[in-house]
Amino acid sequence: MASGVKPRVKVPKTAAAGEAITIKTLISHKMESGQRKDKEGNVIPRSIINRFTCEFNGESVVDVTLEPAISTNPYFEFDATVPEAGEFKFTWYDDDGSVYDTSKKVAIG
Amino acid sequence: MDFTRRETLALGAGAAAMAVLPFQVQAAADEAMAEFTGGAEAAMGGIELTAPEIAENGNTVPVSVSAPGATAIVIYATGNPTPGVATFNFGPLAASQAASTRIRLAGTQEVVALAKMADGTFAKASATVKVTIGGCGG
Repeated sequence: MASGVKPRVKVPKTAAAGEAITIKTLISHKMESGQRKDKEGNVIPRSIINRFTCEFNGESVVDVTLEPAISTNPYFEFDATVPEAGEFKFTWYDDDGSVYDTSKKVAIG
Repeated sequence: MDFTRRETLALGAGAAAMAVLPFQVQAAADEAMAEFTGGAEAAMGGIELTAPEIAENGNTVPVSVSAPGATAIVIYATGNPTPGVATFNFGPLAASQAASTRIRLAGTQEVVALAKMADGTFAKASATVKVTIGGCGG
């Protein structure tokens, strides 16, 4: 599924140095589990996002391994520390080899 | 309708298999957990798992885990066809070892969270979620 995948991320624009901020991410993806069957009774092959990572200036915040039991349109919420101004980079890895990414800048203010 | 000896045996075997099946699913979950801990005992406490008591739709069940001092948290759905749900590995910039997500549950079952602490010990928490509509299509 390379079409119609749209990552959405909610990050505050500014933060105090060393402050903990909450990040929410959502990506539109059907997350086909490989358990469902179509009308003819054939198993619909698995097609999910299997890994999600969040980095700040190259340093890891969280690295999530996803299994088919994660819901459609995977949603994650977690906390990150902002030591300095920089950029959060979010990356999603699809089963079919596609990589979706997006980034958000955070200023110290 | 008369049963021959062969049919009776086959019926009995079928019934036995039905009875054993849930335990096999449970065993798969236990195996997956043992693989993560390396056989070490996980202590209760030190980790918090928040899940709804009743989920109307098994397709999106919001869960959150929190384990201060953990390096990794794994969530298992013991009653799903594949017990693994997600693994969170926390990096140095994670402000708290907590995360929320939405998961699929095939039916009423126990959700288990296992945390690997920085000192190598393990913590475990579980919650039973009642599911009205299963989330695995079937």
